[in-house]
Amino acid sequence: MEKRTRADTFVDEISAIPGGEGIRLCIQCGTCTASCPNADRMDHTPSQLIAMVRAGMREEVLSSNAMWHCLSCYLCTVRCPRGIKQTDLMHALECLAVREGLSHGRTLTPAMYRSFNAFVYSLGSLPELGFMTWFYMLTNPLRALRMIPVALALLRHGRLSIKARRLTPEGTNQLKAILDKAESLGGTS
Amino acid sequence: MERRIGVYTCHCGSNIAGIVDCEGVTEFARGLDSVVIARDYKYMCSDPGQNLIKADIKEHGLNRVVVASCSPRMHEPTFRRACQDAGLNQYLFEMANIREHCSWVHVDKKMATEKAKALVSAAVRRVYYQEPLETKEVPVNPNVLVVGGGIAGIQAALEVADSGHQVYLVEKDPSIGGHMAMFDKTFPTLDCAACILTPKMTTVGQHPCIKLMTLSEVEDVSGYVGNFKVKIRKKAKYIDEEKCTGCGFCQELCPINVPSEFDCGLGKRKAIYIPSPYAVPNKAIIDAEKCSHLKGLAEGKDVCRICQKGIEKKGIVGCEADAIDFSQQDEIIEVEVGNIIVATGFQQFDPTVIYQYGYGRYDNVTTGLEFERMSNASGPTSGEVLLANGQKPESIAILHCVGSRDENYHKYCSRVCCMYSLKYSHLLREKVPEAAVYQLYIDMRCAGPGYEEFYERLQEEGVNFVRGRAGEITNIAERPEEEGKLIVICEDTLVRRKRRLPVDMVIMSCALEPRADAEQVARTFSLSRKADGFFLEKHPKLDPVATMTDGVFVVGCCQSPKDIPDTVAQASAAAARALAMISKGKVEIEAATAVVDEEHCAGCRVCVGLCPYKAISFDEEKKIAHINEAICKGCGVCVAACPSGAITGRHFTSEQIMAEIEGVLV
Amino acid sequence: MRYYTYFPGCSSSEGGAKAYGRSTQAVSKVLDIELIELDDWNCCGSTPYSSIEEIASFCLSARNLALAEKRGFDLVTPCSSCYVILNRTNSHLKEYPQLKAKVDEALGAGGMEYHGTVRVRHLLDVFINDIGYDAIAAKMKRSLGGLKVAAYYGCQMVRPRPSFDHPENPQSLDKLITSLGGEPVPFPLKSRCCGGSLIISEEALALDLIKKILDSASVNGAECLITPCPLCQTNLDAYQSRVNKKFKTNFNLPVLFFTQLMGIAFGLGEEDLGLKTCIVPTERVLAKYL
Repeated sequence: MEKRTRADTFVDEISAIPGGEGIRLCIQCGTCTASCPNADRMDHTPSQLIAMVRAGMREEVLSSNAMWHCLSCYLCTVRCPRGIKQTDLMHALECLAVREGLSHGRTLTPAMYRSFNAFVYSLGSLPELGFMTWFYMLTNPLRALRMIPVALALLRHGRLSIKARRLTPEGTNQLKAILDKAESLGGTS
Repeated sequence: MERRIGVYTCHCGSNIAGIVDCEGVTEFARGLDSVVIARDYKYMCSDPGQNLIKADIKEHGLNRVVVASCSPRMHEPTFRRACQDAGLNQYLFEMANIREHCSWVHVDKKMATEKAKALVSAAVRRVYYQEPLETKEVPVNPNVLVVGGGIAGIQAALEVADSGHQVYLVEKDPSIGGHMAMFDKTFPTLDCAACILTPKMTTVGQHPCIKLMTLSEVEDVSGYVGNFKVKIRKKAKYIDEEKCTGCGFCQELCPINVPSEFDCGLGKRKAIYIPSPYAVPNKAIIDAEKCSHLKGLAEGKDVCRICQKGIEKKGIVGCEADAIDFSQQDEIIEVEVGNIIVATGFQQFDPTVIYQYGYGRYDNVTTGLEFERMSNASGPTSGEVLLANGQKPESIAILHCVGSRDENYHKYCSRVCCMYSLKYSHLLREKVPEAAVYQLYIDMRCAGPGYEEFYERLQEEGVNFVRGRAGEITNIAERPEEEGKLIVICEDTLVRRKRRLPVDMVIMSCALEPRADAEQVARTFSLSRKADGFFLEKHPKLDPVATMTDGVFVVGCCQSPKDIPDTVAQASAAAARALAMISKGKVEIEAATAVVDEEHCAGCRVCVGLCPYKAISFDEEKKIAHINEAICKGCGVCVAACPSGAITGRHFTSEQIMAEIEGVLV
Repeated sequence: MRYYTYFPGCSSSEGGAKAYGRSTQAVSKVLDIELIELDDWNCCGSTPYSSIEEIASFCLSARNLALAEKRGFDLVTPCSSCYVILNRTNSHLKEYPQLKAKVDEALGAGGMEYHGTVRVRHLLDVFINDIGYDAIAAKMKRSLGGLKVAAYYGCQMVRPRPSFDHPENPQSLDKLITSLGGEPVPFPLKSRCCGGSLIISEEALALDLIKKILDSASVNGAECLITPCPLCQTNLDAYQSRVNKKFKTNFNLPVLFFTQLMGIAFGLGEEDLGLKTCIVPTERVLAKYL
């Protein structure tokens, strides 16, 4: 029998996202939080985020720094007794936050991800040196100073190539066409 | 003969009428061939509804009746009886299921109504070809077989035996008592399990109407309700039970020490042993796999036998009652019974598979049953709560829902764990009052007489309740106070913070799961199993003790996890059902069975092996197959398989089925 | 000879894990495996893309899968992150038709189609399941002679389910070490996260995790670690000095790619092994094998 629900609540919105369908099943046992290596540094614990989504606290959820601390280690996902794909849910919340311009989260992680993506978009591949430099320049050049010993060590051991791998011109254009189209399609729900 | 068919469409309140246009269906039915009268009514199964049918049969001379309503599993007997009461043979009645198969599964009213019409048309065409049939009555053997000697089996056996009828109680372990005999105290009254159980066990052992067979298993069941033939294997104990006095001296002589199953491996027993201090029967038994003499016999050696011979040098005599008999063999006992009550119980979930909890890797991570034995005054530690190093714990954590409510293991809730976890907390507060006790829960399920009050009592007793499921148990310390401890990591969901609880001991409240041999037991007794593995009852709400196999009942935790009061109630219920049948003395056999046309049977025997109920035998003289109508369930496998088309399924003839199909298509 | 389509990932091809790429090719040759690199493959997008733009992140993988589909072989990658991302795309496209519709549309804009037939394998899975421990041991020229190795699996190769090894207590690398004559040490944190890309934006957090891992290996007597993930290797190796600085520890544990260890046992030379690219020097522990 088809079940009809009003799709205008926050929990309905999240349920429609791939990976978010389990959100109604959560029994708030806290196993995800207990398994999360970073739960202590999050504004809200992973299970708390789910409770907040179900309570319709849209703004608080999307501006939380919690999901930006997700390492995608998937311990929560394999241990959840209700089979909820918590990691996928965290990513879905991140993307939604970005689309709504709420992704500050008082962490540099969104900025780092965006630098990463910019390179992948234009080159089709990630040049590590270029990406790191760009990120540090963008956020806090002074921090880069601390990184110099590590960077030098990597350079000395031949692990930092100045040259970046690129796709062929056709490949680059093809990829851009695909990614542009993807962006125009909005979110996953 | 002219067919005069009456069609009745039920509204079933709004269950059917809310989706299906009942008046429209009735109007449609009126126009069908041979339909003399068509009515619709709000509740056909009610008295007025049934009276409509009865009155019409008399006044309009109906000789066939169709009711379009719910599932035949609900009310076929009701309407059949109504027809019979009005003088019409009950097999001239047919039901069209326009509820479970129509109104309850569709939302589109127009299409559902069309479907209902098709179903009615099919039923009408079918009933046209139906013939009157007579049910048979068979006598009921007043003996009862009870399989399993835990509290469920004990209760059922006593209820039946107290009425004066013979009970055969078969238990696979050397003593009855089951899991309850292993417990310390029981919730919420804190009665000592052994104290309330042993009187019943003793009564069973001495009851004139109970034949108790321990270390025995049912190997084969054949027959049908009221007339089962059961083959029981009574395994050799190598002890003459008539002579053995249960003195236990043999245990002291035996040199072989092995882990005790009754003590969950925490204590030891000998190769010859009395199963427990309150075993019934209170007799010794020799474990053939551990006894060096019995193992040596296979190689033609004659070793040990100290239990029998004693130690001559020291002037110690062996078994004074001369009860030891190494030549004893398994015995096959055949009994005939009318009813079977299956009470085979549960097993505890083994948490080794939950790697992150460390059971089996860390010392002092235990299961519920292990703790019961530790806490029990007659257990391996004489009732003291001790760590593996022999010291008392300063802190203990009890984890709820280990293996239960978990998609990765068992989806269901095991129902009793919240309560016995509270019980453990209480025992710990009593035995190690200085220790900190943590109880990690997701929900507290305390539904029962005195249960919620027990929870409140434990809150008063100073147990630290933490609402959070344990994520993992580690021994890697991050702070000085965690050194040398087991650290339980959870989220305290009420304060929304991750917590690390350093404790000395962890007790896991593990799931109750179906026994490992449940599949085999199901096949022996023709039981079905639910998706969770427990035995299937006839109806989850209204018939929780009967099964789809008439005469076979399931009681206790083998049907679903439950506490002792519910187990006892269910056992008594099954006993009552059996006694009702015995009291009536005979049982009606469904007439819709298969029959072999002797002239057309070619004697190929294909049907014999196919019958799932072993109802078909081969007559060597006449060289034809013969179907025992009492065992036959009318499943139709033989009908379909017979290459000569010699078997007819009564009430499911090809003509009837084809007519039904036509009715749907046209 | 077995053939696979090879997806090195950015790190292993020309990034910081070049040595992984080289040793992978060299070891595969010894095992009669031909890894044919996928033409014009693009970055998988890893965690960053899946956290910012979902559809795009699935499309990045889908393009690679579409290219691989034309070849018809299994797609093998040595990088755990690429492995989990590509697999996630495969299973999500099967499970969520609305998502698939959008990805199909985006792929169409690039003139591509993906029909869901590519099987994505991790390099380790191919070695132990397609080749087998016995066949690997047979190629050994030099036993590792009881070298105490901590097998660090990381998280994304064994989780989420289903994967080819146990999600909390994997054994495949441990068994590999044993087959090569080494001694795998008990290692409780063997499949816990190293901090991944958060080493860049949240260094303190990641250093904490790295320290715990190194501690667990060290306390159990490990002489070195092996890993199947370029990011894990960088974190544990290149940042070991920063861990020492922050926590006043003195870890000196070489961190190798598991193919480098195999290469050592197979008697391969530095050109194939690339041991000199390790930041924590390997000579002290491994000199006797070279």
